[in-house]
Amino acid sequence: MKIIVLLKRVPDTEAKILINQEGTGIREDGVKFVINPYDEYAIEEGLLMKEKIGGDSKVTVVCMGPEEATEVIRTALAMGADDAVHIADGALSYPGPFTTAAIMAKAIRDDGFDVIFCGKQAIDDDMAQVHCILAEMLDVPQVSVATTFELSDDAKKAVVGRRIEGGDEKIETSLPAVISCDKGLNEPRYASLPGIMKAKKKEIRKKSLADLGFSEVPGGGRSRILKWLPLSKGGECRMIEAEETSDAVRELVRLLREEAKVI
Amino acid sequence: MRSISVLKPVSGSFTQGKEMCIQLSEEERMVQKTARDFARKDIAAVVKESNRDGVFREDIYRKLAGLGFMGMTMPEEYGGVGFSNLCLALALEEISRICPSTAIAVSVHNSLANYIIYRWGSDELKNKYLPRMTSGEAIGVYALTEPNAGSDVAAISMSAVRDGDDYVLNGSKIFISTGDRAGVIIVIAKTNPAGRSRGLSAFVVEPDFPGFSVGKVEHKMGMKASTTVELVFEDCRVPASNVIGEEGQGIQIALGSLDGGRIGIAAQALGIAQTALDEAVFFGRERQQFGKRIVDFQATRWKIADMGTNIEAARLLVYRAARLRDAGEPCSKQASMAKLFASRIANEAVYDALQIHGGVGYTEEFKIERFFRDARVLEIYEGTSEIQRIVISKKILEEYEQMYPV
Amino acid sequence: MSGDILVFGEIRNGELKKVAKELVHGAMTIADGTGGSVDALIIGTGAEAEAAKLAGLGVRKVAVVDDEATANYSPEGYATVLADLVKEGDYGYVLLGATSMGRDLGARAVAKVDGVMFSDCVELGFDGGTVKVKRPVYSGKLYLEIAPTGGRPVFMTIRPNNLPPAAEKDGGGEVARRASGIDLAAIKAIATEIVPLAGGRPDVTEADIIISGGRAMKDASNFKLLEELADLLGGAVGASRAAVDAGYAVQPIQVGQTGKVVNPKLYIACGISGAIQHLAGMRTSKVIVAINKDSNAPIFEKAHYGIVGDLFEVVPILTEEIRKIL
Repeated sequence: MKIIVLLKRVPDTEAKILINQEGTGIREDGVKFVINPYDEYAIEEGLLMKEKIGGDSKVTVVCMGPEEATEVIRTALAMGADDAVHIADGALSYPGPFTTAAIMAKAIRDDGFDVIFCGKQAIDDDMAQVHCILAEMLDVPQVSVATTFELSDDAKKAVVGRRIEGGDEKIETSLPAVISCDKGLNEPRYASLPGIMKAKKKEIRKKSLADLGFSEVPGGGRSRILKWLPLSKGGECRMIEAEETSDAVRELVRLLREEAKVI
Repeated sequence: MRSISVLKPVSGSFTQGKEMCIQLSEEERMVQKTARDFARKDIAAVVKESNRDGVFREDIYRKLAGLGFMGMTMPEEYGGVGFSNLCLALALEEISRICPSTAIAVSVHNSLANYIIYRWGSDELKNKYLPRMTSGEAIGVYALTEPNAGSDVAAISMSAVRDGDDYVLNGSKIFISTGDRAGVIIVIAKTNPAGRSRGLSAFVVEPDFPGFSVGKVEHKMGMKASTTVELVFEDCRVPASNVIGEEGQGIQIALGSLDGGRIGIAAQALGIAQTALDEAVFFGRERQQFGKRIVDFQATRWKIADMGTNIEAARLLVYRAARLRDAGEPCSKQASMAKLFASRIANEAVYDALQIHGGVGYTEEFKIERFFRDARVLEIYEGTSEIQRIVISKKILEEYEQMYPV
Repeated sequence: MSGDILVFGEIRNGELKKVAKELVHGAMTIADGTGGSVDALIIGTGAEAEAAKLAGLGVRKVAVVDDEATANYSPEGYATVLADLVKEGDYGYVLLGATSMGRDLGARAVAKVDGVMFSDCVELGFDGGTVKVKRPVYSGKLYLEIAPTGGRPVFMTIRPNNLPPAAEKDGGGEVARRASGIDLAAIKAIATEIVPLAGGRPDVTEADIIISGGRAMKDASNFKLLEELADLLGGAVGASRAAVDAGYAVQPIQVGQTGKVVNPKLYIACGISGAIQHLAGMRTSKVIVAINKDSNAPIFEKAHYGIVGDLFEVVPILTEEIRKIL
């Protein structure tokens, strides 16, 4: 089985994100970059599938990102992925979902695939579109925000559970398919030390846009960012104090009804 | 009086520029990340209870072994990963930031137990024990200290008498970390009562050898999730093939394995100091008195400045000692300096951090009191600060002797 | 492409989702700017019965698709139905709710029509001849104001509870049945069952009122206190990550950066300290009430009203006092 996992290098969720001076992007100095947290569930699911099927199954990581992305790719290899494709090109800057999907589709289609796992969204742009557009371009079905994944015995189908409002939905899909992964799908393993050691020898194939046959950036020119906006500052909190707790609560209820008008 | 017209650099180690590099390689960063993530998730989940109840978490140990932390510097042929001493130091620091007790077992197992067998053991011993140790099946410990032999190693009196194909060991070792869970025990005993330090030999003892038992369990001030026990040898029979190296090589082995252990403890101290600073800042930012945050008072700021500076200095000393060791260069002076300095500033840091916490810092609700208690032993074990100063001053004077002979 | 807007009216269990009316409001805003009309599309079992709810809001035409091929949700199937209608009607704008269905099928459909999609919008407007949307990025730490370029169909998924619902208008719109045009046998991924979450309360992402508990709840059974208050107000129960990690609440009701993002009218945080990750999930709530024993808890910086006290004392009194006035 050829298992593909999509990877993105993003700023750490714990990092403080500030708009840069020119107002054209975020301040990157001092910000730590990591594997997109939702992609970790994708890597783990790919590894679990490989372990279950065995044979000559392979997990290939595909990552589109700057030169520095090799570190997150190497981490995925240390977790157990077999090899990687790193798409890097100076012409790519804050690519939109259509651009990303078109480029990845080209890289993936040529080598063939049985299943593609990815995170449900990248925590920088939070668009959650690439996997759907990619599935359409590759003409395969998609399932989004998977929280359970059961492969059929013949590995040709899967029953995927996903969380919807008010419950869980089960989707039966044929393979190949694109599956976006959500928290709860599995428990991503640590990059073990033997894994880190073996990762040093694993292959990362670098591809530029030209290598993939693109003479210009595909899928671009669909939107423009007008403004980067920081969070608005909150107002003052009205602390409600009284001798007796019951008096304070009564005052709160009064305010919620008469002032805030929410009950 | 000699006129010094040209001042030559006293320390020879400045000629090697590479060990001064404090940039971590990709591999080192990845090892650090795995150690950090594991500590923050798996160890943090149990740290409060294990330290409060004095429980050695064998499950944590097995998981660490599964990730490769029990064979960090051993070559692949023995089941290790062959990583650098700096990787080991980074891992120990990250683990110590959450649970210094856990770091003890990892440090002793790697720097002393694995290292001694690997460097001085016969091929037979290496093949017999190292794979079990790197896999984590057997925890390796080091039994050197006796009631009358702490800093004074040559005063070791535990006897080892040859009898046929065995040696018979009699005596007891005290303050042995993880001695009650060990699968492999490195024991230093006296094979030749006549020779003082030349009469010592090193043995590999397994806990099911006849005559071996675990004695008193110490109840300590800190490092409670690390068990500290007495090991009792009553006519304990050890096969002669379990002598490490040659008979009489014991002192050489004991002295030759100091550096690794010292770098390990220095890294542990660094982790404790870092947590002290972290906790001081987190608390100081939240707590307010007199209408402002604790961290905005100058008295607090000065403590933070000193803690931070000391930590950076300690980190440079630890990394440098580790890198020298990785380069195969002599590093005894640097390892001792790292251990001496890091252990001292760690104690200062936990003291100041607890002060910044005020009253709640004295309660179990915050973790600083545990790090305060854990830190105290840093200046005592694996070579007291007094011993470190003897080593360091001796080395410095030797260097002067070399550069500027009298 | 025309200035017409298509609203996707999602139905679940044969009932139209509340967000559909909010989408019509947004569509009307665009229509005011383009001079176009607002149509709607409802797919699934019971679509026709729900169509009137949208037709009465000033929607020109509600297309209803309900046949064997669409009885169960399938991403490619529903996306094909939507894409076909978009192309046929030459719609310039498509609005869907930012729900698990909307995000999924919207992105597939926009690929089919080679358009552009803005996900999880919280505000939309029409200005200077173009639609403009505001959407969160970096887990809600920043917002972007974006506009489409290139003259392609513009898809937008809108977060529930951010736009007001469209007002009822006289003169109901037309309801027209439409064939799905897809072959069930050709569909490769399809929903086979839905397991509802226990409780029967509204989903946190759609609730108007949320009573949320943190680690101070101390036990799962204590959430009964919050459930009672939530049921009284017809709201949902939420939880902080600390409460979920400690096993006091289940993951689907976790509010925060790694949980759900909510936007209720009223959010009552009980025993929640207010870590940044939690705030990321509820900071846009219109009214935030914080109940916490610790006067220094960060939540008080973001709340509108606060009571320093023990939640086990405050919440029962709160429930009683609200019961009196309802």
